[in-house]
Amino acid sequence: MSATPDDVLPGDTKTAAQTSTKAAQAEAEYGHLVKSEYEHGFVTAIESDTLPPGLDESVIAIISQRKGEPQWMLDWRLAAYRKWLDMPTPEWAAVHYPPIDYQTISYFSAPKKKELKSLDEVDPVLLETYEKLGIPIEEQKALAGVAVDAVFDSVSVATTFRDKLAEAGVIFCSISEAVQEYPELVRKYLGSVVPPTDNFYTGLNSAVFTDGTFVYVPKHTRCPMELSTYFRINEAKTGQFERTLIVADEGSYVSYLEGCTAPQRDENQLHAAVVELIALDNAEIKYSTVQNWYPGDEEGRGGIYNFVTKRGDCRGDNSKISWTQVETGSAITWKYPSCILRGDNSVGEFYSVAVTKGRQQADTGTKMIHLGKNTRSTIVSKGISAQHGIQSYRGLVRIAGKAEGARNHTQCDSLLIGDKCAANTFPYIEVKNPTAKMEHEATTSKISDDQLFYCRSRGLTEEDAVSMIVNGFCKEVFNELPMEFAVEAQKLLSISLEGAVG
Amino acid sequence: MLSIQGLKAEVDEKEILKGLDLTVGAGEVHAIMGPNGSGKSTLAHVLSGREGYAVTGGSVTFDDRDLLALEPEERACLGLFLAFQYPVELPGVNNTYFLKAALNAKRKYHGEDELDAVSFLRLMKEKLKVLHLDDSLLKRPVNVGFSGGEKKRNEIFQMALLEPKLAILDETDSGLDIDALRVVANGVNALRSPERSMLVVTHYQRLLDYIEPDYVHVLAKGRIIRSGGKELARELEDKGYGWIVDEAAA
Ligand SMILES: Nc1ncnc2c1ncn2[C@@H]1O[C@H](COP(=O)(O)OP(=O)(O)OP(=O)(O)O)[C@@H](O)[C@H]1O
Ligand SMILES: [Mg+2]
Repeated sequence: MSATPDDVLPGDTKTAAQTSTKAAQAEAEYGHLVKSEYEHGFVTAIESDTLPPGLDESVIAIISQRKGEPQWMLDWRLAAYRKWLDMPTPEWAAVHYPPIDYQTISYFSAPKKKELKSLDEVDPVLLETYEKLGIPIEEQKALAGVAVDAVFDSVSVATTFRDKLAEAGVIFCSISEAVQEYPELVRKYLGSVVPPTDNFYTGLNSAVFTDGTFVYVPKHTRCPMELSTYFRINEAKTGQFERTLIVADEGSYVSYLEGCTAPQRDENQLHAAVVELIALDNAEIKYSTVQNWYPGDEEGRGGIYNFVTKRGDCRGDNSKISWTQVETGSAITWKYPSCILRGDNSVGEFYSVAVTKGRQQADTGTKMIHLGKNTRSTIVSKGISAQHGIQSYRGLVRIAGKAEGARNHTQCDSLLIGDKCAANTFPYIEVKNPTAKMEHEATTSKISDDQLFYCRSRGLTEEDAVSMIVNGFCKEVFNELPMEFAVEAQKLLSISLEGAVG
Repeated sequence: MLSIQGLKAEVDEKEILKGLDLTVGAGEVHAIMGPNGSGKSTLAHVLSGREGYAVTGGSVTFDDRDLLALEPEERACLGLFLAFQYPVELPGVNNTYFLKAALNAKRKYHGEDELDAVSFLRLMKEKLKVLHLDDSLLKRPVNVGFSGGEKKRNEIFQMALLEPKLAILDETDSGLDIDALRVVANGVNALRSPERSMLVVTHYQRLLDYIEPDYVHVLAKGRIIRSGGKELARELEDKGYGWIVDEAAA
């Protein structure tokens, strides 16, 4: 059975069941509440080594050379680049932005100091940045059992807990390092879930990716700690093109968290990452994202374009891949973490909270491709829109002809705050096996005046009331996050909706 | 404690309260009775600051403050509590978490330290003894899927925790079975104190058998048309409202 993971979602929205709702509440009543300032909007003053803007084969060769890559890697990049040149930009998503000129972007930026053996060698300015972000990189946080691979612009600068992981046989390093140290693994799996030709942005990423994370968990190994990477775009006008590759070998388990923030700038920045997950027989991967890129200002100036392709392949029988995401940032988000349920009895899950406010736009959702027998998938999507935020859930559930006994449960809830925001739901369902069991529920609601008044009559401010009700709305998703990050996510949600509501 | 003078309020340009006067002293329990639609819940909502009601005349002072100038949460923090006739569901919001947040909001307002989880749970256990409430309700989302009676009990439990100065109970008895009525009434009685006043809105003498009011008022057509002692409630039970309403109109 050949899987065709390279399909993007169908663009013809007319074929989809579509519900578009606008709240009838006066935004004026609550608008003043939504105006929280972006907290992570500072720029780190640090010398960096940045390529001039522009993209051609020589730029790719320079990137590859700077990273000391073997020839096969450069060839792979160039092949991707040549195909990319002929690819059209996707236009089917319900988001709007001026065309991006890919020649004005710089494709490589690295802090100048390199080759770090311990945290002491890390530029203190960098560490301070991480501290401001609340990244658990110092000893004390590390004791909490979090291993961190911090990506600052394009190069990994600090990796902790490598030893303990090495003891368990877990490989956790930057993708550039993996290319050098574990070329067989990288060659075997890179691009095997998301081929370079998958879509426009994966083509671009494959040509120019500069860093990212590689994880390999050996057979029958439970990764002894949560793995975590924090991404941060610092350099103005650099695109960030991470590449993450996680392989869970037979009977292994790993939980991985990525958190993202970016400084405040007036121009838009592009973030086009690719994440590939591979779970072999009886393996489980849990991938959690807390994304808080700079969303732009109230008029929609600046902010990150977050065009990311994330896909997991349940390649083995009884394997499981679970995506949990909390997305509060970015000017535009375009992402569909997906699962290919290839192994028999494999399980895919997608739990998502997405917030759009100000002029933010998000087109997000998931794809569950059922290929194996008795495969199961669960989709829980919670969308929150405030002010002029526009949000679309776009989800595809496909049951292939040989996927006997497949089951899907989809629950898609939208919460609207004010009357200028919008939520759309585009569920696509393709069933080619009559034994499939599909359930789909969708709701759209507003925070009612009754609920707000009830909370306020108990002494809670309107802001706290909103935050409490919104957090309640997202409960099922937060429950899926690792404990310490669930708390973080709740705080993030409260901050980003500070004062939002109704 | 509470002084209402000539209070007029409207909803959607329809006048509901038409010059209402009422004074409640510290420690007093006042029962408010009256026909359906006479404005009892409206009064409760206006006092607790619900949006959507336009106050067009009169004044309300609470502990020498202009109550109507305060936000609902300030009123709550200053000691006003409304037990809702129809308690509201908050999906996904854990009941215990909600109670803790409410209590801490009040403490914070008064410059007190917030209670940590352990002290809060201890306090909650204490209050549970007085008001038998099924433990499991505390672990569920606020009011979601609670039976009518459970919702009412939950309201009184909140009141016990928040220890208000003035509690307004809007038809807390309706929907309660006979045993629950006794339990709730006992809970309310346990909270009676020389500093705590209560406005008890009810349709039935039955509740007032348990919670003995100091005064009984009849609210009709937006005004208090008769006030008396607890015997007035009994008279109403026998004769209904018609005769008073007629007398008032005459
Ligand atoms: N939002 C509203 N819009 C229009 N009319 C309203 C609104 N709220 C209340 N009213 C009207 O105001 C009047 C008083 O209502 P209120 O709920 O205060 O009565 P009540 O005395 O509590 O009645 P009950 O004994 O049935 O609880 C009713 O006629 C009701 O229909
Ligand atoms: Mg009423």
